[in-house]
Amino acid sequence: MISELEKYKTADTSKVTHWFKAAPVDRFPEDGGACIKYGDLQIAIFNFTRRNEWYACQNLCPHKMQMILSRGMIGSFEGEPKVACPFHKKTFSLKSGKNLNGDTCDIATYPIKIEDGYVFVGFEE
Amino acid sequence: MTKIVVIGNGMVGYKFCEKLCAQETAKDFEITVFGEEPWPAYDRVHLSEYFSGSTAEDLIMAPRSWYEENNITLHSNEMIVKIDREQKKIISHSGHDYSYDKLILATGSGAFVPPINGVDKKGVFVYRTLEDLDAIIEYSKKVKTAAVIGGGLLGLEAAKAVIDMGLKAHVIEFAPRLMPRQLDEAGSATLQSKLEELGINIHLNKNTQKIKGNGKLESMKFADDSELPVEMLIISAGIKPRDELAKDCGLATAPRGGVIVNEFLQTEDENIFAIGEVASYKNMIYGLVAPGYEMASQVVNQLVNEEVKPFMGFDMSTKLKLIGVDVGSFGDPFGDFEPSKPIVYENKNSGIYKRINVSLDGKRLIGGILVGDASAYNMLLQMCQNKMPLPPEPEDLILGARGGKEAAGAGVESLPEEAQICSCENVTKGSICSLVENDGVTKVDEIKSCTKAGTGCGGCMPMVNDLLKHQLKAMGKAVKNVLCEHFDYSRQELLDLVKVKKIKTYNELLDQFGQGDGCEVCKPAVASILASTWNELITKQDTIQDTNDRFLANIQRGGTYSVVPRVPGGEITPEKLIVIGEVAKKYGLYTKITGGQRIDLFGARVDQLPDIWEELIDAGFESGHAYGKSLRTVKSCVGSTWCRYGVQDSVSFAIQVEERYRGLRSPHKLKGAVSGCIRECAEAQSKDFGIIATEKGWNLYICGNGGSKPQHAQLLINDVDTETCLKFIDRFLMFYIRTAEPLTRTATWLNKLEGGMDYVRDVVVNDSLGIGEELEREMQFMIDTYACEWKEVVNNPQLRAKFKHFLNAEEEDPNLKFQDMRGQKIPAAW
Repeated sequence: MISELEKYKTADTSKVTHWFKAAPVDRFPEDGGACIKYGDLQIAIFNFTRRNEWYACQNLCPHKMQMILSRGMIGSFEGEPKVACPFHKKTFSLKSGKNLNGDTCDIATYPIKIEDGYVFVGFEE
Repeated sequence: MTKIVVIGNGMVGYKFCEKLCAQETAKDFEITVFGEEPWPAYDRVHLSEYFSGSTAEDLIMAPRSWYEENNITLHSNEMIVKIDREQKKIISHSGHDYSYDKLILATGSGAFVPPINGVDKKGVFVYRTLEDLDAIIEYSKKVKTAAVIGGGLLGLEAAKAVIDMGLKAHVIEFAPRLMPRQLDEAGSATLQSKLEELGINIHLNKNTQKIKGNGKLESMKFADDSELPVEMLIISAGIKPRDELAKDCGLATAPRGGVIVNEFLQTEDENIFAIGEVASYKNMIYGLVAPGYEMASQVVNQLVNEEVKPFMGFDMSTKLKLIGVDVGSFGDPFGDFEPSKPIVYENKNSGIYKRINVSLDGKRLIGGILVGDASAYNMLLQMCQNKMPLPPEPEDLILGARGGKEAAGAGVESLPEEAQICSCENVTKGSICSLVENDGVTKVDEIKSCTKAGTGCGGCMPMVNDLLKHQLKAMGKAVKNVLCEHFDYSRQELLDLVKVKKIKTYNELLDQFGQGDGCEVCKPAVASILASTWNELITKQDTIQDTNDRFLANIQRGGTYSVVPRVPGGEITPEKLIVIGEVAKKYGLYTKITGGQRIDLFGARVDQLPDIWEELIDAGFESGHAYGKSLRTVKSCVGSTWCRYGVQDSVSFAIQVEERYRGLRSPHKLKGAVSGCIRECAEAQSKDFGIIATEKGWNLYICGNGGSKPQHAQLLINDVDTETCLKFIDRFLMFYIRTAEPLTRTATWLNKLEGGMDYVRDVVVNDSLGIGEELEREMQFMIDTYACEWKEVVNNPQLRAKFKHFLNAEEEDPNLKFQDMRGQKIPAAW
């Protein structure tokens, strides 16, 4: 499963070479997340309706290697947007990917842009 | 700029770097580290967790980026083969050389492999590095039994790994007892019987003479001519310091291995220090992390010219949980070094052995041994290390106070300021209390990150917790009971606000009374409050629900869900049983009978849930709410309809009660039961509400639970009729729902409630607050507005569409993997 984890590498907005058209905005739940498939990657996309912000990260929770983060509850920790894994409530910053409990490794995050009513995820190839 | 070269990137080598980098003058040092393993330093103390699900990443002390950020050059995968003391340089296996001003030997140790005939056979492993572990895991797939040579600390850790891999385990020990350095005979015997209960075969007094087999190992032969057939062998019989580099360059080494150092960790060469398991001080190797860390910090202090206290040996006290059995050994466990009188408590029935050695004058604790229950370890160790005076009856320390007296002086408050709380990181009580008192620290996590206390073995965490609480209390700080950073209110306050302000959604509440964006603590708590007040379908606000409530099923390993239809009172017709069986067969589900008299169907993909429920609902089932913090089941015995002892029809009453409260959201799950007579076959006294039939009516018990802290329910009222019984349950449940903290079962709620059971009886039975009718009305509203959530979803295409794994693809999660067990599927191990 380590190899599964290594597929996910944080993408930096300035270095994005490909914007993947994921799905229409209105398909995503409000103040919640959904999972999209991009090649053999699973990306969790979160719609922070209250903040009018979007975030994306790997769907894989590194703690027990479960494809699950998109089903996690979102929220904030001292203002920092975060997601909590449904399995053991490990929480991750959606800005930096950092594990906020400090006992699991960090996750990869991806930039999002909204255009023409669609959600796009950015990847560095 | 001083060039520091560290050979060895293990725990102690890493700790040296960490401590040096934390110095103000860190920039005066250029640090280069060499490790021969492919990854950065990892936590070898918790190596066995690798077998129970931890990954290599979990065990890493710090990622590579940490070394970069601190300007440390880390060469992994590079072995140093020579030290040239004259030119002050070292040479690696790839031929590169590096010069140094100060050289730190932190090469640690390797596994000690006894020279047994046949030790080179296939299937024989050592237990030391992540690579060893990977090889062991790979080989274990082909075998069913494994033996471990070594019944010490490391050997028993390895035996735990063998069990975790699902193999039959044997432990072979040369000495007549287990953990010979820590335990005496009786302690070993207690540990042995505990381990044997867990299926580990212990062989003591066994001198392995030969490892037999044709190419690969098949059996072990011992000096007493006995033989043990075994397919795999893990050697974990001790450590051997990696002193070959030092020897090679002419540094003095000890006869039993290790580079000889003085009390300043210096070798014969003033520019070379040795720390950790490779250092031999007064002929002693210290094979624990705490002394290794202490050595690292002594050397750092010397390098930055700080005051150095000489290393004078180290306390080898240790506490650990071995395969679920607590073992502690502290001070002088055998009374070898100072004459003493032992006090011993042994309970073969519960597998507990405790021994404390008391000085001849009866005033001080010299050392001791704890097996089976090491809860007193931290306090005893402190008393021992700080030479604290013993209470007049020292046996109280291991037996607890008897005869109505208070427990003998053993709270954190009695410890001196200099008492060492965390021995791995050398953190004292004084420094923790000062953080709380002077730096405004109020959380355990903050203490951990400021002092690093509890980040090593973690054994001191309960004490750190107690200290924090004690100090906060001493400062007069009442810890206000707020939900989380987003709401400065308790659950009860929020519930009142929701009711009074008629708030129906989470967002309204957050806008009016909270701040930020919410979190995984307040969202489900508020969802529960809203459901307990308005009883609207929880699927309306699905993203404030925990995953179980969001998908109306219980998430299980692998990310699939389990499905539990309601079976009121545990009564079910053959036709319905057949439907459950057919649904399970059709969707390939694992089936198991639950503890609450119903049937759980496991392994349903998220996209299958609505289809499964459509079939179940067509057959007359409804949601069992197994996923919710809500009423689960009302268990029943068969009662007077069939049973020759029954005095009331417990099944009919259980069904009535279960249907009355089905779907009721509460601070935590609720379980009930009805027994048809005094024999109590439904185990009603272990439930949140339990009803037991009498000749005259029903006895009502409340606030019991099973689980980790079982507690019997207490009698609320006896011999009431059906109507009165229901009235009091209505009042009781609503009162609990109104006043409990989130995720608090009724038993815990009662324990914390001022006035206890008498107060609850006053409110519920005597209506002392005058809210009886109001509580009944609120409950009646819940009953009247009940609707099956699954029925709603099945009939609503919009809600149904939410049940899929990918938003942009019609396929299932390709990462789901199952394996077979006893003819059914289970998820692949995580």
